Amino acid sequence: MEFFFQLMVQGLSVGFLYALAALGFVMIFKSSSVLNFAHGELLAIGAFIFLVFSVRLNLPIPIAFIFTLAGTFALGFIIERLFLRPLIGEALIEVIMLTVGLAAMFKGLLLVIFGGNLFNYPDFLPKGLTIQWGAVVIQPVYVASFIIGIIFLSVFGFFFKYSSQGIYMRSVADNQPAALSLGVHVRRVFALSWAIASLVCALSGIILGIMNGINVHDISVMGLKVFPVVILGGLESIGGAIIGGLIIGLLETFTGGYVSTSLKEVIPFVVLVFILLVKPYGLFGLVEIERV
Amino acid sequence: MRKLRFHPCGNYKESYEEELSIFTTDFGRLWTGIGLILLFVVIPAISNPYLLYVINHIGIAAIAAIGLNILIGYTGQISLGHGAFFGVGAYGAAILSTAVGFPFWLSVIGAGVITALVGMVFGIPSARLKHLYLTIATLAGQFILQYLFVSWESLTGGPMGIMLPRATLLGFDVKGDRSFYYVIFVCFVIMTWIAVNLMRTRYGRAFIAIRDNDRAAEGMGIPIFRYKLLSFAISSFYAGFAGGLAAFYIGSITPEPYTLMLSIEYIAMIIIGGLGSIPGSVFGAIFITSLNEILSHTTQFFMNIGVLTKVALTIAPLREFIFGLAIVLFIIFEPRGLAEVWRIIKSSFKLWPFSY
Amino acid sequence: MEDNLLLQINNISVVYSDVIQVLKGVSLEVKKGQIVSLLGSNGAGKTTTLKAISGLLKPENGKVTEGSIIYQGRPIHNSAPEEITRLGIIQVHEGRQPFKYLTVEENLRVGTATRWGKPYKKDLELVYHYFQPLVARKNRLAGYCSGGELQMLVMGRALMAQPKLLLLDEPSLGLAPFLVREIFEIIKRINEEQGTTIMLVEQNANMALQIAHYGYVMENGKIVMEDEAVKLRENPDVKEFYLGTATSGALKSYKDVKAYKRRKRWL
Repeated sequence: MEFFFQLMVQGLSVGFLYALAALGFVMIFKSSSVLNFAHGELLAIGAFIFLVFSVRLNLPIPIAFIFTLAGTFALGFIIERLFLRPLIGEALIEVIMLTVGLAAMFKGLLLVIFGGNLFNYPDFLPKGLTIQWGAVVIQPVYVASFIIGIIFLSVFGFFFKYSSQGIYMRSVADNQPAALSLGVHVRRVFALSWAIASLVCALSGIILGIMNGINVHDISVMGLKVFPVVILGGLESIGGAIIGGLIIGLLETFTGGYVSTSLKEVIPFVVLVFILLVKPYGLFGLVEIERV
Repeated sequence: MRKLRFHPCGNYKESYEEELSIFTTDFGRLWTGIGLILLFVVIPAISNPYLLYVINHIGIAAIAAIGLNILIGYTGQISLGHGAFFGVGAYGAAILSTAVGFPFWLSVIGAGVITALVGMVFGIPSARLKHLYLTIATLAGQFILQYLFVSWESLTGGPMGIMLPRATLLGFDVKGDRSFYYVIFVCFVIMTWIAVNLMRTRYGRAFIAIRDNDRAAEGMGIPIFRYKLLSFAISSFYAGFAGGLAAFYIGSITPEPYTLMLSIEYIAMIIIGGLGSIPGSVFGAIFITSLNEILSHTTQFFMNIGVLTKVALTIAPLREFIFGLAIVLFIIFEPRGLAEVWRIIKSSFKLWPFSY
Repeated sequence: MEDNLLLQINNISVVYSDVIQVLKGVSLEVKKGQIVSLLGSNGAGKTTTLKAISGLLKPENGKVTEGSIIYQGRPIHNSAPEEITRLGIIQVHEGRQPFKYLTVEENLRVGTATRWGKPYKKDLELVYHYFQPLVARKNRLAGYCSGGELQMLVMGRALMAQPKLLLLDEPSLGLAPFLVREIFEIIKRINEEQGTTIMLVEQNANMALQIAHYGYVMENGKIVMEDEAVKLRENPDVKEFYLGTATSGALKSYKDVKAYKRRKRWL
């Protein structure tokens, strides 16, 4: 039974991580309907920028953190301006393929600069964050990620639901010409959504890095794991991303613990196919309203 | 004898058959003939074994790329699982020829059929899913198949892979680059011919209708699910067929090559070549395969110069970067790919000196 | 220039994709506080004229190649839609384009995009005041609203932007006659009570000319007729071709021949 609880805690933590990773993905999708295949690479870029600031340049952790967020925010703007702006109005497949191309580019670049080795951040989280509950121990990383995650998820949930800018962003995803006719600054919305998404990615990337160390390959695989999570939760739903993340995390850990470790990697995708067949719009996704 | 036609000076088609014909001029027929002679007589005569090896890979890649173009370029269903489908073909051929004992040609065709079935399984979600969701379903297919290659050891030999028997065709031993060259390119010509003609039939037109507007296509009485599934099947057949050929050509297979990266390579081929264009798929296959070879040669070159070994190790991942860059640049600057570039070159020759 | 002139279009040509010429020298004027209606058959270029004003040609690869559009004394042709909307010109698209996945109230809030960050509660109340049925639908997804409600929604959304010049593209499209009457009633009230200048593109010439002050008739990318709305309503050509109220009966009379000749005159 203890094993079960340990797995449960582990699964929930991993799941939470997935949820966090999925957040940036949902952001981009919500505002511009772009399926971002370069998501894992954005996570990795965030993690590496933090590595450069905190370890290589030896800045204090909070300053490195703020620099990283600012840097990735700017990076998001640049990516949108350079690569996605020319494609506004083009077919979906081209935009998707562009992100596939970007993924390969970023990954290659990171490998050239940092190589495929495993890096670690210095241990900076206070030990006091450890939670012990009988034999079940929750590491400080998980506690910290949980706190940060909750903060960010609620901030973004609130942003999209109630703030004017959030509503503008959703309106652009919904009906671009109409948004344009009402004076929504569509290009600004796109740029902003990429900037925010890239910032969120950096955040998730850093937490990932703290937990498992930073390795280009591992983190970019993480980017693909996001797909089952968001599909399960529904592509547009932030709440769905959280629940999807938790379910996938639990499923993975339990499969790993009770069945086999190699099956662990593929089980999210099996679930994905199953979900797509049974409930294509996920648990909380918007059913496509088609009126002719 | 009917009048030979060389240069069309405008659209003078008088019947529906003319509109559908492959060659609008006899010039086209002539060029095709010259091309075939080049392909089967000149190239094998002047190429050294290494060049033949590269060209063979181009041929195999071109077959798979044509298949993928039928699915993505003509039917508009994005698949991220073609790398794995190619792998299914390779494993199918290996298993059929070793465990079942089929001869070479039957194994390769059987591999195509098996892959077509597998492709249809992953095409089933297309009944309810569109664009994005379907893309993700095929991505899942990629990972599931990859897992099966490694883990279904009784069938696939796990990480050890399978050795294939030597290929024999009509009593001849097919071995070495030269004899494979002929086999691969005869297959290539047949498969291209089938694809080109398929697009002129009701099936091809239905595919295009689904791509352009699936709701309208459905409204006109095209059973879209059946056609989407058919497109998946045909496309996977091509991938599996190519995979089977590749397996025999290389002689042994392991699970490593059939990753997502391979799927992306194929998509890069058809995007760079030109979506919805059969010649485009071939151009793309040539471009990507050559790029691959050039990049690995450059790395090798640096590796052999003692001082630069370290540089070589760091620039190895540049391959991936350049790949990505090529895709991105083509999408932004020439979204219709090399086929469009080719068309522009051709027409500027044709129209010179009076362009416009 | 006269003081009460809000918008002046001087001899504009609009070309799509560098090839297709849709407008061939259109000139018109809109006076402050008026309702100006633009009539014409399908493909006459009415919608294109509106898009040329609101800057929405660009996403469709269209361009004003000649002439000028002067709004409050400054040229606005070929400006970005973001700028034009911020000057107070809001277009309501034809065929009701709601944000399907946003609730009715969220849809209305998108209308505040041109003055982001400013309070909008008053405008919401105003919109609900004009479009009573929307109040009950407040929290429903717009995708599930009826056609009449959607027309009110998109007009209300535009009203949220506090427009000085409202461009309405076929508000009556596909609505039941009594709803059309109601919508036009509201348009008239908005014009009178808020002082909003309105440019109205319509197929339903009868309704449009009843509320408009001035009218233009377009055909084949040109303005072929213009006059006070009252006079246009009495014009025999307009009666014949747009209002359908020409004296019927007496079929093969000389009158029909004359009408035919009249048509030839301006095609």
